[in-house]
Amino acid sequence: MASQQQDAGTGAYLIRGAAILGGAPEDLLIRDGIIAERGQDLSADGATVIEAAGLVALPGMVDIHTHLREPGREDAETVETGTRAAALGGYTAVHAMANSTPVADTAGVVEQVLTLGRTAGWVDVRPVGAVTVGLAGEQLAELGAMADSRARVRVFSDDGICVHDPVLMRRALEYVKAFDGVVAQHAQEPRLTAGAQMNEGEVSAVLGLTGWPAVAEESIIARDVLLAQHVGSRLHVCHVSTAGSVEIIRWAKSRGVNVTAEVTPHHLWLTDELARSYDPVYKVNPPLRTDADVQALRAALADGTIDVVGTDHAPHPSEHKECEWAQAAMGMTGLETALSVVQHTMIETGLMGWADFARVTSTAPAAIGRLTDQGRPLDAGEPANVTLVDPAARWTVDPSKMATMGRNSPFAGRELPGKVVAMFFKGHPTVLDGKLNTPYRWLPEQAQLPGTAAAGH
Amino acid sequence: MKHLLSTEDLSLSNAVRILDTAEEMAAVGEREVKKLPTLRGRTVVNLFFEDSTRTRISFEAAAKRLSADVINFSAKGSSVSKGESLKDTAQTLSAMGADAVVIRHWASGAPHRLAATDWIDAAVINAGDGTHEHPTQALLDAFTMRRHWSKLAGTPSAGADLTGMRVAIAGDVLHSRVARSNVWLLRTLGAEVTLVAPPTLLPIGVEKWPCSVSYDLDATLARGVDAMMMLRVQGERMNASFFPTTREYSRRWGFDDNRLRALDTLGFKDTIIMHPGPMNRGLEISSAAADSPRSTVLAQVRNGVSIRMAALYLLLSGDTREPAVRTNSTSSPSAHATKESH
Repeated sequence: MASQQQDAGTGAYLIRGAAILGGAPEDLLIRDGIIAERGQDLSADGATVIEAAGLVALPGMVDIHTHLREPGREDAETVETGTRAAALGGYTAVHAMANSTPVADTAGVVEQVLTLGRTAGWVDVRPVGAVTVGLAGEQLAELGAMADSRARVRVFSDDGICVHDPVLMRRALEYVKAFDGVVAQHAQEPRLTAGAQMNEGEVSAVLGLTGWPAVAEESIIARDVLLAQHVGSRLHVCHVSTAGSVEIIRWAKSRGVNVTAEVTPHHLWLTDELARSYDPVYKVNPPLRTDADVQALRAALADGTIDVVGTDHAPHPSEHKECEWAQAAMGMTGLETALSVVQHTMIETGLMGWADFARVTSTAPAAIGRLTDQGRPLDAGEPANVTLVDPAARWTVDPSKMATMGRNSPFAGRELPGKVVAMFFKGHPTVLDGKLNTPYRWLPEQAQLPGTAAAGH
Repeated sequence: MKHLLSTEDLSLSNAVRILDTAEEMAAVGEREVKKLPTLRGRTVVNLFFEDSTRTRISFEAAAKRLSADVINFSAKGSSVSKGESLKDTAQTLSAMGADAVVIRHWASGAPHRLAATDWIDAAVINAGDGTHEHPTQALLDAFTMRRHWSKLAGTPSAGADLTGMRVAIAGDVLHSRVARSNVWLLRTLGAEVTLVAPPTLLPIGVEKWPCSVSYDLDATLARGVDAMMMLRVQGERMNASFFPTTREYSRRWGFDDNRLRALDTLGFKDTIIMHPGPMNRGLEISSAAADSPRSTVLAQVRNGVSIRMAALYLLLSGDTREPAVRTNSTSSPSAHATKESH
């Protein structure tokens, strides 16, 4: 376990004996925001030593799909509380979805979210821009202005609502090519899901809850991959939840379509059987599916058909869950359980190793978001965004003890493997001994710098 | 039994116990003084989030015949319509000392939420939740069928189940809590159930239910039916393209005069015609069928009070023991596919 020795104030940290990506133990010397050295038996005078025998070192996790709720629903979550949760969960960057109030559909709002993230200092907050004005699905938002803003937006999404108009989706896909953007689609055919409450199938038939059929997701994905191919653009599919969607994405990739796909931790584990309790903590969009879908999603993540794990962290105030199922809000928290759930469902099942874990939780999502200083190898000269995990730890989920304001964890009461021990964000320890340390402090002039996304081509 | 939430998880022994108790309660209803002192001093709240005069007065009559105090709480014109949550409503009723809550709610699962949370400690009776279940309706239907079935066999109702009885249920199964509760309960009681509906009004997944499914009402009748239950069909379903017109629905799936005559032609002289009410005469059932001697519509209403008396009595009288499973039946609750997948 990590033991913190005296902090000599040099800002240097020597991580001793960590299994980098699960490999043989090595040391990492972190200094001045970068990994200064990687090797055996490193020494550095004055550096704070972190004994990391038994721990796994990973590139800081990058969430492609986070709801931080601010501005507008600070009763559900704030950038401060959401990014504390992110840091504790192993993340060094999160993409903040656009469905805030006001919607992040202008340069002003995305710059506000960027500034809130930098003020908090726990992780890199990368604002996602809305595709359409007010998420209304009628008119393109000023995508270029958001791309050129200090927030350097590259991911655009109406997440929560599907860009269902095929012409509008085509135009959005075409337009974001001008600045190497990507459209992240919430694939949900709206007419097939009017009033939908849960996966349509055997369980919904018994429970009398309006069904959300798999075809409503699959038909939109099929259309979108064909559109992306037609206009030669980049498509990201949010929260893939069905075995049929996996097949369509696999087919599209085999045809060379530039599509990436995401799966949430909860869709890797939980099924619609949980709805039998009528407990709205299990209500989420897209809904929990069947065990056959869960198995297909795991296989797809392991074979690369699905590129990334995105939490779809969606905190809600308790009154939005302590009610009838049909009245309840959709969504689950995820930032503080994602690592453990992926370890449980993918690593402990033998489907993946820690190097694969780093790919799906860090390298690939950073690439989708065009983040140049995230998802990097843990090598000398690279930015020091590092997650240290104790894979042997076991802990029981207690939502009341989480940093997120949301208490809506579907994993409450479950024992999970894997615990984040320490986090380095830009070389600064944001988490030590499994607890929040101090945030990274941007210098005033740095806080105004543009984001680190690559410039347009 | 602490609550009566669904028939899906109702054991054979408990189902038969409710039916047998209802027989005793029915005897009370035939006396000059239709009242028992059993639940004196107990408070039953009828908590109705959805209009249903028929079900509410049936529960009210049942509770009053058992001498319980009855409070009717309608969501309309109350604090509920001002945005008070189910949780607050339940806690309010709990604080007022409700012993039983009879809940009708438009949301599937609302009674389960009351029973599963610590919002209220009272016994919960599901009086119909969304498109999920309506267990007392199914019990009163089964009670009506059992009396008919026993009379034909020349044996007493008490203790009997419905082994061998052929029941067809026709109509909007997709949106019907009555159909769901009936399918589970009739399965448990040993009846053979056939659902008859347009494919658009059957839920995806119905093939896993413990019953047969048909799109053809005439073929179902021709194979032989002992009880024909018609479900209410709402005309506005037509606007959502569940079927083309009400006339086409009525021709294909309504119990019209031709089908009433067909029962005679086919020689099914003992087949009864059931409907949970309220009826759409001329849509799912013709007036001649509804008013024929085969119709049990009014008997169902009458039996509803007895069933609800039995449910209140069994939940509130303190005898919550599970009786021994009877051995005179070939059916078993564990033989049902969806139960096993719990």
